[in-house]
Amino acid sequence: MADLTTDLTHRLPARYWRLGLFVLLLALLPVFVRSSYLLTIMIFIGLHTILTAGLCLLMGYAGQVSLGHAAFYGLGAYASAIATARYGLSPWLGLLLSMALTGGVALVIAWPIFKLKGHYLAMATLGFGYIIYIFFTEAASLTGGPSGLTGVPYLSIAGWAFDRDVRYYYLVWGVAAMVLMASLNIVNSRVGRALRAIHGSEVAAQSVGVNTARLKAQVFVISAVYAGLAGSLYAHYLTFVNPSPFGFHFSVMLVVMASVGGVATVWGAPFGAAMVTLLTEALRAVVPRLLDRASGEYEIIAFGVLLMLVMIFMPQGVVQGLTEVYTRWRRGRPVAARPAGKALLSLRRWLRVKG
Amino acid sequence: MDFQDQLLQYVVTGLTTGAIYALLAVGLVAIYNVTGIINFAQGESAMLGALIMVSLRSKLDLPLPLAFVLTAGVVAAVGAILHWLVIRPARNASTITLIIITIGASIAIRGAALVVWGTDSYLLPAFTRGRPIQLWSAMVRLQSLWVLGTALVSVAGLYLFFQHTMLGKAVRACAVNRLAAQLMGISHDRMATLSFALGGALGAAAGAVIAPITYATYDMGAMLGLKGFVAAIMGGLTSSLGAVAGGFLLGVLEATGVGLISSGAKDAIAFAVLLVFRPSGLFGTRQDVHGGL
Repeated sequence: MADLTTDLTHRLPARYWRLGLFVLLLALLPVFVRSSYLLTIMIFIGLHTILTAGLCLLMGYAGQVSLGHAAFYGLGAYASAIATARYGLSPWLGLLLSMALTGGVALVIAWPIFKLKGHYLAMATLGFGYIIYIFFTEAASLTGGPSGLTGVPYLSIAGWAFDRDVRYYYLVWGVAAMVLMASLNIVNSRVGRALRAIHGSEVAAQSVGVNTARLKAQVFVISAVYAGLAGSLYAHYLTFVNPSPFGFHFSVMLVVMASVGGVATVWGAPFGAAMVTLLTEALRAVVPRLLDRASGEYEIIAFGVLLMLVMIFMPQGVVQGLTEVYTRWRRGRPVAARPAGKALLSLRRWLRVKG
Repeated sequence: MDFQDQLLQYVVTGLTTGAIYALLAVGLVAIYNVTGIINFAQGESAMLGALIMVSLRSKLDLPLPLAFVLTAGVVAAVGAILHWLVIRPARNASTITLIIITIGASIAIRGAALVVWGTDSYLLPAFTRGRPIQLWSAMVRLQSLWVLGTALVSVAGLYLFFQHTMLGKAVRACAVNRLAAQLMGISHDRMATLSFALGGALGAAAGAVIAPITYATYDMGAMLGLKGFVAAIMGGLTSSLGAVAGGFLLGVLEATGVGLISSGAKDAIAFAVLLVFRPSGLFGTRQDVHGGL
């Protein structure tokens, strides 16, 4: 209750301070990090943050799960690639087209899909993802089939191209920061409270006059637009698209990112995206050394187990989960008395996770 | 060969794959009725069934019936362990959480299979050698008869189990009314574990009999599980007989679609069907749970 009142009064701008600090830290990072490999990872974390932010809104606030979000990511990437590489349109126009297309597709499929709930919804989005993936591989005349499309141009402003990792890093994280700000504003608005009401109890929300079907569809469209945006940025970064990154596997990875970070806050998105992306890279480096039959896919066991463990023991995500574990471990003593506990608690307060 | 002749061939092919979908769907329905969980790892039981069967037959050279029973037993145990270790601790969590847990389980099982069997695809020899049977204009493989026979025997066996054994009735009681069943001294946890074991055994049977027709690979489970779910949805999700009918119908629809449109459209058909069918299913069953068959 206290949170709600503070939300409504003087602490409202606090989220901008947090976001500002976050952006500042990110902006300083390339000063210390020179490695192109690390910057590439950071760029992917940024792209995954944009994707996960949409999924967090959908899962955490609207209480719906999408197992087909990689399809929107792919639609965004392909729309941009086709518009620019095939039809020679400006990359910025491609970016806008991607967002319009994914938003439009989401709007069209939201109508039949959101009559479904829980399991049906999960499966329907999954089915949608498969259909789009099949479209990418089968409609070869448009998408280039399994071998994909090359020659996607870089984004550029008046001849200044985002063609180097450092430049693209700033572009992607600039967009990611805007996406996070938009999400924070949605969450802290009247719409956000209505969404939380839906998550709590759909019937109760309806009874107080919330148009639940419409709101859920709107959040779905927003998350699809985020995914389209990320997809377009992906295409203009790699200058190449093929179907394989947009399959079911990646849809699941997105759900893992959202769940691991925690869907109860928008801040779960960057944390989840960073943790999962870094873990993927670490496993890719370590696993082939431990197993001789290295095929690069053994990492999936680790993700399966991680996903189960997080969902069983920390269904609210790792950040809040770890705080609770620590609290339980230090039962009887005030948590804030310990330095580590203090750090965790302040991190939690910073993220404004409700306990 | 005119269209009618082709159609018969599609139906024969479709009924064979449909039997596999039906077995998976029945397993899903059994688990759903007792626990209210859709087991996204159901397809992995078919994958395990196929690969374990291949290993038992080609590496250890066990006789067919023994290999079949062992395969079903091992996968049933995997199902039971999955429930006891992973799903039971989170049984009070929300639907989304449980969905994600079973997805995690399916990824982990697939990964484990990748470690054991690698990315190779294996072909199991047919259960009985012989030429395909000519049925009017359609060719029927002998293995197809094994598939259909296994599906029918499994469904009949399930019927007897649910209707005529005390244990089966206890499972049904849990599906109809969990609280009342518990008041009668039935352990819901145990029945839920049993339903996961049943689902595992049914999936394993499906995988084992289909292995001689399609290659067995570590990643075959995901798609089979999804098809099983589509079949279960077509049958209304709570009715086993509906799931069987849904499985066969989906198989025939797919085979016809492959023949008339393209092989790439095969998987899209199932999901288009999913969007058309509402939770009410083929027979317009109500949302209630009646358990059993």
